[in-house]
Amino acid sequence: MNELIGFVNFHLIPGIVLGSIYALGAIGLTLTFGILRFANFAHGETMTLGAFVALVVIDLTNWHVLATLPFAMLLTVLTVLVMDRLFFRPLRTGPTVILLIASFGLMLMMRSAIQIIWGVDLETLSKGLAIPWVLFESLRIFPKHLLIVGAALLLMLGVHGLLRHTPIGKAMRAMSDSPELARMTGIDTERVVMATWITGAVLAAAAGVLLAYDTHLDSRMGFRVLLPIFAAALLGGLGRPYGAMAGGLVIGVAEELSTYSWIGDGPLVSPGYKSGVAFAIMIALLIWRPSGLFRGRVF
Amino acid sequence: MDSLYGIFLYAIYLLTMGGIYAVLVMGLNIQWGFTGLFNAGIAGFFAVGAYTSAIISTASSGRHLGGLSLPLWASLPGAMIASALIAWAVAWICIRLRSDYLAIATLGIAEILRLVLKNEDWATNGARGISRIPKPFEDLPEPWNQIAMLLLVLAILLVLYLLLERARRAPWGRVMTAIRENEAAARAAGKNVEGFRIEAFVLGGALMGLGGALMAHHVKFIDPNMAEPLSTTFIVWVMLIIGGSGNNKGALFGAFLVWTLWSTSEIVTTRLPAEWELKSAYLRFFLVGLALQIILQRYPAGILKEHRPIGK
Repeated sequence: MNELIGFVNFHLIPGIVLGSIYALGAIGLTLTFGILRFANFAHGETMTLGAFVALVVIDLTNWHVLATLPFAMLLTVLTVLVMDRLFFRPLRTGPTVILLIASFGLMLMMRSAIQIIWGVDLETLSKGLAIPWVLFESLRIFPKHLLIVGAALLLMLGVHGLLRHTPIGKAMRAMSDSPELARMTGIDTERVVMATWITGAVLAAAAGVLLAYDTHLDSRMGFRVLLPIFAAALLGGLGRPYGAMAGGLVIGVAEELSTYSWIGDGPLVSPGYKSGVAFAIMIALLIWRPSGLFRGRVF
Repeated sequence: MDSLYGIFLYAIYLLTMGGIYAVLVMGLNIQWGFTGLFNAGIAGFFAVGAYTSAIISTASSGRHLGGLSLPLWASLPGAMIASALIAWAVAWICIRLRSDYLAIATLGIAEILRLVLKNEDWATNGARGISRIPKPFEDLPEPWNQIAMLLLVLAILLVLYLLLERARRAPWGRVMTAIRENEAAARAAGKNVEGFRIEAFVLGGALMGLGGALMAHHVKFIDPNMAEPLSTTFIVWVMLIIGGSGNNKGALFGAFLVWTLWSTSEIVTTRLPAEWELKSAYLRFFLVGLALQIILQRYPAGILKEHRPIGK
């Protein structure tokens, strides 16, 4: 019994929390890939930016972390739109691999800018010791974990609503399926591109803030989660937002479960290699099933 | 006189490091310039080369794998083979997929290699790194040891340049260009596109390993931070894009130009007050990123454009 409780407390719950954060990041990445057709390396740094905006708001106002979300989202969206105008739009007519290089450059620029403004030290969003609720005398649930998963679920519902029930969302899905057909039916592609950036940035900012809330924040946090998020997007099938949600959850849970003592006493995977789990899943996918778990497309 | 001598030594250092970077840039030029393969994990191949040559050439220390004490003619090829094997594995997995997959996988492999170097203490001495790597000619008196090292690097560079220029003009190089420009046409002409791509990626990876080995011997010390994914990978990309991808002369020129700018700007920033020194280090990275964006938008061909060999 103790065994099971320990498993749930220290592996399963943190896995679900991390997974829902990954899911938010992966949706933006997969949307950008589906509509703009390139893997955006700067997506991780976009998350970092959101987290640092939240830090500034908290320092100024002392509000609750979740209350800073709108500000983090707004500023991140503005930054991403400016970056698109300056660095991606001029290259949009050329081969998409040039966009990939530009995003690679932007990753470095964003990280350096964040380091110049906020430094490289560890920071936390919520001061003070968190006290868990204890259920059935042993199951421990931290309120912040509930809030993170709840916020992530609400945002994912929002994405669902956007993609299914709004004209711009339908246009996004159409363009992701076939850019040529979408253009022929008179869809304003620039508007769709803008909507994609806005959606991706809102979710990335949220993912960054929630990740910082769960653990801490520093200038390299975005880069650290970039690989798991890519793996999540691949797992769900690139260009498929619903796949990305599932992929994020799977990768997050897999990372946390990998350090459980499945065989013998020690952890199955040493904690130093935890971030290798996402990579291993990714390589396995690339070899056997590059279309992802749900038979998406291979580009 | 003293300061003049100092400048002379600095110039040698600048050229040696520039030459080592040029080896890396030539490797990337085979992958990206000739064949259009994106590699976001240069730092990983570089680190594998550096660690392999360190393990082959150092004396036994008990803190890491090694004790072979083999000379340069064993450590450099060893480094190239180790990097080539990793490049082959990555290429075998990703080469049939779009370049984005290769980009993600190479970024991942660099990160995993960094984890391995950091965590496997028994082989790499973990975060403390490997020191006392033998440097060629270090027994010579003061300026001559540096000059001899520089000449060695330049000689390797010259051989590489001549070989790659020949390869570029040969049918092999033209198939690479054909694959980059129009994969379907190359395939229709009966070329084994996957095979050629793997060849290019492996060859480029081997050169990156060679660059890493030279760096390890030159600096005499390596640690996992050498494989810091962004700095090395990024600088090499900027060198190639600025110099002119697809052009071997451009690759050489870009390497020396960017390294000189990068290194001399450090002289300025280290004189700033401590607080600004740290910030200016990040500012330099920011400017490198910005330079890349400007080149991509305004001068996509780089400074020295690619010259296609014309068939007779």
